[in-house]
Amino acid sequence: MNILVCIKQVPDMESRFKIAASGTWFEESDLAWRINEYDEFAVEQAVQLKEQLGDSDLTVLTIGPARVKEALKKSLAMGCDRALHVVDDAAHEKDPFQIASTIAAFAKEKSFDVIFTGMQSQDRGSGQVGVLVGELLNIPALTTAVEFACEDGAVTVRRELEGGLKAVVKAQTPALVTCQLGLNTPRYPTLPNIMKAKKKELLEVPVNDLLNEESRLTALSLTYPEKKGSALILEGEISDLVDKVIGILKEKTAVLAK
Amino acid sequence: MKALLVGEYREGKLLESTYELIGFAKQLNAEFDLFMVGSKDQLPQVDAKLYLADVTTVGEYNPSLHKQLILEAADKAGADTIVFLHSSSGWDLAPRVALALNAAQVSEVVEVTADGYLLPACNAKLRRTVKSATAKTVVTLQGGAFMAADPGGAPQVEELSSSADGNTEFGGYEQAEAGEVDLGKAEIIVSAGRGVGKPENVEMIQALAKALGGEYGASRPVVDAGWVPHDRQVGTTGQVVSPKLYVACGISGAIQHLAGMKKSEFILAINTDKDAPINEVADVLVVADIKQFAPALTAKLEG
Ligand SMILES: Cc1cc2nc3c(=O)[nH]c(=O)nc-3n(C[C@H](O)[C@H](O)[C@H](O)COP(=O)(O)OP(=O)(O)OC[C@H]3O[C@@H](n4cnc5c(N)ncnc54)[C@H](O)[C@@H]3O)c2cc1C
Ligand SMILES: Nc1ncnc2c1ncn2[C@@H]1O[C@H](COP(=O)(O)O)[C@@H](O)[C@H]1O
Repeated sequence: MNILVCIKQVPDMESRFKIAASGTWFEESDLAWRINEYDEFAVEQAVQLKEQLGDSDLTVLTIGPARVKEALKKSLAMGCDRALHVVDDAAHEKDPFQIASTIAAFAKEKSFDVIFTGMQSQDRGSGQVGVLVGELLNIPALTTAVEFACEDGAVTVRRELEGGLKAVVKAQTPALVTCQLGLNTPRYPTLPNIMKAKKKELLEVPVNDLLNEESRLTALSLTYPEKKGSALILEGEISDLVDKVIGILKEKTAVLAK
Repeated sequence: MKALLVGEYREGKLLESTYELIGFAKQLNAEFDLFMVGSKDQLPQVDAKLYLADVTTVGEYNPSLHKQLILEAADKAGADTIVFLHSSSGWDLAPRVALALNAAQVSEVVEVTADGYLLPACNAKLRRTVKSATAKTVVTLQGGAFMAADPGGAPQVEELSSSADGNTEFGGYEQAEAGEVDLGKAEIIVSAGRGVGKPENVEMIQALAKALGGEYGASRPVVDAGWVPHDRQVGTTGQVVSPKLYVACGISGAIQHLAGMKKSEFILAINTDKDAPINEVADVLVVADIKQFAPALTAKLEG
């Protein structure tokens, strides 16, 4: 089987974000970068599928500037066979349609049997790219998978709906699956596998070789949220904090009355 | 703007979220029609045109078929804006419809401003404003961001049918098993988030819950990791709770978590990051390491 997994590199969400001079994106220096959380589940599922089937080939793809190679290397160390870096220094300016078009342009000739993506990216969270790739390739796209199985040329997923409800959905391959949190337990790359990954193929292709679509969205601005809440912020020594909190709970709630 | 609102229906019932779509259209003073795969027995109460496809022939989950029907309705309605809720149904269907219409999709809209749509970014720590550059636009609305319209009136129904096939097979629903606790009844809930760091530390959250006389809960990553059972998960895909006191320990405050607890009477958050979005709903945010703060508070309460 021929398998593709698409990943995105995103900043650590615990970072303190500064708005860039452009006013439409954040300052990229001083940030720690990692694989989009949802995509780690996608990589793990792709590797598990490869292990299950034995005879198969697994490509990991990402679009972005030079820094994204780290994310590809980690995916190779997790068990992907080869990596494709679509080099685009302005990837953050591309809209989901352009990202999906780029991936689809690459995937079109490769006849992948199963394609995995995350259900959304943590920085922009559009939740569009996976489904768009499926539609552009004219293959079924199953979203929000929390369980995955592949047997006899068909994939079956449990889609997560709201309030603990799941739906069982099946499609013939080729098919695309978008991965939700908790789909599996992503592995940590071991040292021997990190060493092995260094020998794996990591190809580069300039984005303009694959993309010739205009953006359908115009980014106007990036801003900090207006603070709606008025949380009282307490800082200081732990023992003082404990006393203050107990005082507040006594005053503002009835929970310590008993 | 002429909007087509895509209503939601599941397991034989109209979903309340449909009224949020109507609320959105009303807030914008937009002309609108509705579309729904559903049943004549469960019509949204609204004085508007409703394109209705019968669920017994079309199926509740059949994206390629639903897409065709929505496109037909959008065409009949002369709609330039197709509106979904950003839900498991909406984010599955919206990109399909957008692509077919050569339309931009704007996901998880929280507000409409004078120049465009306001969206969350970076786990709600930032907001983006974007504008559609296409003639038609597909929009998904963040759950709870727009006030639901009050039900009232009756729709003018036009039935749509389709004979096309889908490329997916729906195998039915599965309900989560009932667990040992009903967090919905708890008056005090202390929840562990990823900030607790490791499974052993869940014990200090349990201890604090006990000292306060309440139950313990958790955010999703803690449940996904298997540290806490699923029946204790708070959020859109877990329990919706509204206790007298909710203590969020090392929880960032993602929208899906907030949706499950923001109606709590009093919210105390403990987080090392004072910019964590939980501060938008918290009454008090203690900037501290939960591993130090929780045991200290427990000791004092017990002492
Ligand atoms: C469709 C969908 C449904 C979802 N449903 C749910 C749901 O039902 N419930 C849910 O919770 N999530 C849900 N999520 C996931 C949600 O988006 C977030 O990923 C999740 O809520 C994050 O959990 P967290 O706050 O525990 O972890 P993180 O976001 O990783 O936050 C950890 C926090 O801990 C703080 N921290 C770190 N170390 C410490 C320390 N030592 N002391 C104190 N604080 C510390 C950090 O500053 C950070 O704010 C859903 C997501 C999707 C896409
Ligand atoms: N720059 C990118 N390169 C490769 N894959 C991407 C990129 N951006 C998004 N994706 C994939 O598309 C999924 C959904 O992203 P989004 O539509 O941005 O929420 C992600 O989880 C990734 O799997």
